[in-house]
Amino acid sequence: MTLYLLRRIFGFFVTLFIAAAVIFILLDLLPGDPARFILGINATPEAVAALRLQMGLDDPALLRFSNWIFGMLRGDFGVSQTQKLPVAGLMVERMSVTLPLTVFAMVISVAVGLPLGILAARHRGKPIDTALMVLAQTGVAVPNFWFGMLLTLLFAVTLHWLPPGGFTPWNEDFWAASRGLVLPSLALALPQAAILARVMRTALVDVSTQDFIRTARAKGMTFGEAMWRHGVRNALLPVLTILGLQFAFLIAGTIIVENVFYLPGLGKLIYTAILERDLVLVRSGTIILVLVVSFTMLVVDLAYGFVDPRLRERRA
Amino acid sequence: MNWTTLRRHPRLVIGLAATLIFAAMGLLSLIWTPYPITDIAIARRFATPGAEHLLGADQLGRDMLSLIMSGTLTSFTVAVMAIIIGVGIGVPLGLAAAIYGGPVEWVVLRFSDLAFAFPSVVIAILIATLMGPGAGNAVIAIGIFNVPVFAQVARGGALAISTLDFVAAARLAGLSRPMIALRHLLPNIASLIIVQGTIQLSLGILAEAGLSYIGLGTQPPATSLGLMLRDAQSLFLIHPWLSLAPGLAIVVIVIALNIAGDGLRDALDPRLKRQGLTNVAG
Repeated sequence: MTLYLLRRIFGFFVTLFIAAAVIFILLDLLPGDPARFILGINATPEAVAALRLQMGLDDPALLRFSNWIFGMLRGDFGVSQTQKLPVAGLMVERMSVTLPLTVFAMVISVAVGLPLGILAARHRGKPIDTALMVLAQTGVAVPNFWFGMLLTLLFAVTLHWLPPGGFTPWNEDFWAASRGLVLPSLALALPQAAILARVMRTALVDVSTQDFIRTARAKGMTFGEAMWRHGVRNALLPVLTILGLQFAFLIAGTIIVENVFYLPGLGKLIYTAILERDLVLVRSGTIILVLVVSFTMLVVDLAYGFVDPRLRERRA
Repeated sequence: MNWTTLRRHPRLVIGLAATLIFAAMGLLSLIWTPYPITDIAIARRFATPGAEHLLGADQLGRDMLSLIMSGTLTSFTVAVMAIIIGVGIGVPLGLAAAIYGGPVEWVVLRFSDLAFAFPSVVIAILIATLMGPGAGNAVIAIGIFNVPVFAQVARGGALAISTLDFVAAARLAGLSRPMIALRHLLPNIASLIIVQGTIQLSLGILAEAGLSYIGLGTQPPATSLGLMLRDAQSLFLIHPWLSLAPGLAIVVIVIALNIAGDGLRDALDPRLKRQGLTNVAG
């Protein structure tokens, strides 16, 4: 187990390091001089040269790369060229929107998806199963940002229950801030809930034919009891993998959904940075996204080994 | 596959037929649309669906049906090209990992970890920063996302088959490992790849819509279903139809593809019913 753990953690850092190198190389290839871009076309060559020196642009690429990496390890993500603020601060501020949004969406998706999947599996082959699976099939096919538009139309514009968009900071009005995230998280959660319901149903149906369920039945449990005591736990294994992938997908999905609801989140920050060619911000923003995604994958893998001892043995 | 197979799998027929109708509509837009999509007429702005404009007209008076036809073509093209990238790079990588094992397999697996760590939106952001937004940007971003998916499907399928006797027989007959991969493994995993391809096609269409919607994908004057939703964003509260029509088109296409994929999986290889094909949006 320890070996497996160490190998997996080592792999995580290797992936992250290569990802950082890929991002750095890609953005370094960018034509044009960032210093000139910031100062505008009327800047004197001396001013450009001074800024280049200040930004460290004349250093060799390898040095700049290691400065970036070691800076991040110390918590220094550089200074945004356009906003003149430390990138770390900017990102923490925006994360206060994106992270709760993702977590809300995840909670809704689990709370809706799993029970529906269990319900469908329980009534396998009955009309309720068919109806739920048709619903799930549709849910999977709905683009989350478009669903967000529909939700706004219904709950904000027609019924006036919730705000159509925008965000009140948490420390100003906690209640208003939470209300602002309801529709966006619903929009993000629907397709995920549909996928979860399908995975949960398939996993339960698979498990129901296993020997240990038959054994439990032979010991006198009803089918329902056997499934509840032994089936659901085993069926949760594939669900766990999907949950991890979904969290990663949700983080990326927020970038799109934040646009529908005019939320000042991480996505908005990076998006503006692209338009304004704020390389420092794009570079550190993308590596943070990659970090969150790979870290989630790592946690899922470790949790998987923890929940299912069989896998632990095999993989180590 | 023959007619009997098709009759036994009604889902496949329905899904395939619906997909083909949309694909044909898209292709038709190359030679004919009810109105030219560049035809701007302020007098017809926001025309409601009716005899003259079956699906109404947008804020510039362009015919919505024509836009949807042309947009469907773009969406399909982007998704298909992304699959070509995914299959073209992913399948050889997966096969190589399966037949050589050892360090080759390690490299391929680490590479797929790396590619999975970059959500397609992030790749699109990087490419857009480098080269500016465009449909090609979406193709590459979605394509890179497809590579590890196909690599894993190919590797998994090939590993299962390479333990079979006929592969051992081929080895004994003196066939080299690349030749075995080409002649014996590839044909046997073709059905897996086709099924995964249908899933990735539907995911690709959704991803294209998302990227174009935030302005990193298809750019005007070309149109795509996602771009139509972007255009509709500032107006949809007053004119919901402008966003309903392209949105519904996406939903129906994706449902059709998913149903076709499920049907294909059952028809091509009943044993696959249980195997977990990846169907997670990303």
